[in-house]
Amino acid sequence: MPEPGDDLQARFLQGDRRALARLITDVENGTERGRTALRALYARTGQARTIGITGPPGSGKSTLTNELAKAYRRRGRTVGIVAVDPSSPYTQGAILGDRVRMQELTADPEIFVRSLASRGTLGGLSGATMDVIALLDAFGKDVILIETVGAGQDEVEIAGAAQSTVLVNTPGAGDDIQTMKAGIMEIADVLAVNKADLPGADVLISQLRALLSLLPTRGWKPPIVRLIATDGSGIEDLLDACEGHYAFLQENGRLAEADRQRTRHQLLALTRAHLLAGLLNDTGGAERLDALVDAIVARQIDPHTAAERWIAQEAHT
Amino acid sequence: MPERNIRVLIAKPGLDGHDRGAKVVARALRDAGMEVIYTGIRQTAEMIAEAALQEDVDVVGLSILSGAHLELFPAVMQACRDRGVTPDKTLFFCGGIIPDEDLPRMREIGFKAIFGPGANTNDIVAFVREHVTAPV
Repeated sequence: MPEPGDDLQARFLQGDRRALARLITDVENGTERGRTALRALYARTGQARTIGITGPPGSGKSTLTNELAKAYRRRGRTVGIVAVDPSSPYTQGAILGDRVRMQELTADPEIFVRSLASRGTLGGLSGATMDVIALLDAFGKDVILIETVGAGQDEVEIAGAAQSTVLVNTPGAGDDIQTMKAGIMEIADVLAVNKADLPGADVLISQLRALLSLLPTRGWKPPIVRLIATDGSGIEDLLDACEGHYAFLQENGRLAEADRQRTRHQLLALTRAHLLAGLLNDTGGAERLDALVDAIVARQIDPHTAAERWIAQEAHT
Repeated sequence: MPERNIRVLIAKPGLDGHDRGAKVVARALRDAGMEVIYTGIRQTAEMIAEAALQEDVDVVGLSILSGAHLELFPAVMQACRDRGVTPDKTLFFCGGIIPDEDLPRMREIGFKAIFGPGANTNDIVAFVREHVTAPV
């Protein structure tokens, strides 16, 4: 039975968590009700502290996120968590398992955890991540933790989505060439060395130090934090490191500049998506696409020309 | 996106650690294109209900092998109802070792289907697809 959208918004504004959950579903599915809610609530956003947690599969992101959420709660801050796991490229199905490590958080009504499937979006997040963050922000969560899919080397989208990025590393995952490669190592604002009780932790830390000494500093040197997420040791240091980065951002208008960059990035991505959807949803759009693919496969035209023609709506040539 | 993704919570209340069945069902639903939130073993009724609320799932599937279903399933159902997650809007099913004489009670408290040992995962997938309530 349809619930009127404004009723849902009213309940959202009264702090009804079920209304928040329902609106997240709406923005994730791109429904009209979701759009309307975002439009109405967007002015309330921009208050939350956002922190991205990224790193390879099995490095302990969920466990660390769980502990970091508890640490922020101990300091009296409310917490929202967005946990992204991958969708199958074949069936679109997904197992969202991040909650397994976060079950104890459900006892605290001031923590709200939402799992998202990546739904074909590359880069470690899902297409709706920014909108879900906006809803949690408008709902009044002080701190929002965003856990990416298990990231390898190139999943750097999180750096454009959160104010600070924590990269989780573990001992024994490759030699020092891995730390020298471009990509994910460069986006870290805080480097967490998890499972620091395992052999190789000291070696990893010295490799990370060597890496940092070579990176251009941009005014901020990412601290290296040693922790064991499963027993919580080092987690207060991690929180302090995150807050240290926040204090750095607050100097000289860096935070506002980063917010501008993030907004610009999001607007470009959305516009791109809308333009493409427009081309595909046009009358005959799908047929035009097929005709162009045929022409490219037959080597009658090249892909660049095809794209230009499609945009110019000349596909029937 | 042609149709909305079906979201399912698979959870194991109580103290038994036998989660093979729950994992097989989770995997089957995943392979059928659904988004399955798996919360692991040893869940309290409140944990399950809270996860169902926060994740806004269309379907809740519970598995139990300990024999405590007559105590735990009603408790989960009550915790869900307390949070507005009710069987008229959310599809509930369960599975595990549940004696025949207890099946009517399970249906009475809101489970639409009970899948025992030997249940075919294709049947479970078909059941979920057929009974998920239309999006509001």
